[in-house]
Amino acid sequence: MKPRRRIAPGAVVWLLVGVAYFFIPLAATLLFSLRDDQTGKCCTLANFSYILHDPTFWKTIRLSFVVALETIAITLALLVPTVYWVHLKVPRLRPLIGFLALVPFVVAPIILVVGLLDIYRGSPEWFYASPYGFLATAYVILAFPFMYFSLDTGFRSIDVHTLTEASQSLGAGWPTTLWRVILPNIKAAALAGSFLTLAIVMGEYTIASLAQFNTFSVFVQYINQNKAYPAGAVTIIAFAITWAAMLALLAVGRGRTAPITEGEK
Amino acid sequence: MTPSKHDLSRPAPAGRERRRPSFAWLGVLPFLAYATAFLLLPAANVLIGAFRSPNGGWTLDNVATLFEEPYRTAFKNSIEVSLVTALLGGLLGLMIAYSALREGTPKWIRGSLTTFSGVAANFAGIPLAFAFIATLGVLGVVTTFMTETLGINPYDHGFSLFTKTGIEIVYLYFQIPLMILVIAPAIDGLRREWREAASGLGASAFQFWRHIGVPILMPSLLSAMVLLFGNAFAAYATAYGLTGGSIGLVPIVIGFFLSGDVLDNPHLGQALSFGMFVVLGLMMLAYIPLQKLSSRWMR
Repeated sequence: MKPRRRIAPGAVVWLLVGVAYFFIPLAATLLFSLRDDQTGKCCTLANFSYILHDPTFWKTIRLSFVVALETIAITLALLVPTVYWVHLKVPRLRPLIGFLALVPFVVAPIILVVGLLDIYRGSPEWFYASPYGFLATAYVILAFPFMYFSLDTGFRSIDVHTLTEASQSLGAGWPTTLWRVILPNIKAAALAGSFLTLAIVMGEYTIASLAQFNTFSVFVQYINQNKAYPAGAVTIIAFAITWAAMLALLAVGRGRTAPITEGEK
Repeated sequence: MTPSKHDLSRPAPAGRERRRPSFAWLGVLPFLAYATAFLLLPAANVLIGAFRSPNGGWTLDNVATLFEEPYRTAFKNSIEVSLVTALLGGLLGLMIAYSALREGTPKWIRGSLTTFSGVAANFAGIPLAFAFIATLGVLGVVTTFMTETLGINPYDHGFSLFTKTGIEIVYLYFQIPLMILVIAPAIDGLRREWREAASGLGASAFQFWRHIGVPILMPSLLSAMVLLFGNAFAAYATAYGLTGGSIGLVPIVIGFFLSGDVLDNPHLGQALSFGMFVVLGLMMLAYIPLQKLSSRWMR
């Protein structure tokens, strides 16, 4: 047995490069956000206060959050039964769904919005002009690959056939089986996909701005263009949202992936 | 996908329950309908629209226009930015991931690296652009620091954040962590036994990498870099937030068409989208086989 090796000097250098790249822009933004808007001097919380007292901030952040929840609900309602059904009954369709899940990477958001705007231009006002209609619909497509791959992994780790048969032999119908047997078993995968979707929707700018909806990101861009130091504050808030969603994702993921990674070693 | 074929290929479910599996595929219909309406139809709209002329009928003029200025430069810029950030992001990500995973590095570093990478890979767009304006902009913290402490203002020496180089620096912020996340499982797949076996047979560290490490990692490396290329090529918000559109990248130009700043031929926006679609499609065609190849060593 070899004695435990110490960390290699080369590794330290590369890791420091990574740490610097990650933290310097964040530290700079934080410093920026603490400067006085008039004099540029440090340190004041006035910029955060300015943002938090802006009614548009609350309006847009609520809008983005509700759209995110709606997107998550639609994506789950669409994908959980589909992925379940594919695993249970039609495994030969799995490559088809997996292929469709790669399409949004080729049809990038900017391409998607060009097509969507053109196709649905004549559609009813309640859909086309509403963030809860048009925007949420488009976001489901953005969320689809991430939710699909998360759910697919989740379903692969459980025995769908046995669970379903057990549930049905106890007299449960399809809705009960799906809701009370399958869903609790893939909860971690569904939650992981949901938090990733939350992070994506809260930060999405391309489709929202080009389809002219005033979401949180559009508000952030407006502040960026008009108010240098409050822009630092709103950027920190946006970063905190991404951070929170990712930590939640990791927290639900830890319970799920730990046994898998241990099995691999 | 035909029901009858499906019937035959599926083994009988042990006679326990009588079912009509010929209709089982109907269960995925709601999903397929949604994907058709909001993913495939918009894609088809762009592909067809690129070949339509403003007064109806088919034409190749729109696509031919892509090879003229300013669109030619937009494609050149986009491809250049994507290539540079895929290569640099790929190499830096690889070195950082390997440093975190290699023997001797404390285990907690690995966990925190995954966390930070997850956050940074998703911290793109408008806020990221501003974070770099606050860092390396004209009044940025690092710019000010360099000017006051070192006496060198980078803006006096030809540097600007609001150029192609600036966009590349900012893109690396999400490219490096994406590389780390994608390549980490492949590095994990380089099993220690292989290294020990190689050194047991008298191989030097260089020989191990030359004959075992790099050949095994190569498909994963290439597929990860292809993914990074596509990631940068499709990005719109970060570049827009940084430059307000003064650097012509393809998504930026498409954005101008959509927001109505350019009003001659509506099909040109679709043609540009079609051009992007072709580039990203080629990326996917390279990615899928490389992905298959790279998963060969991962169990």
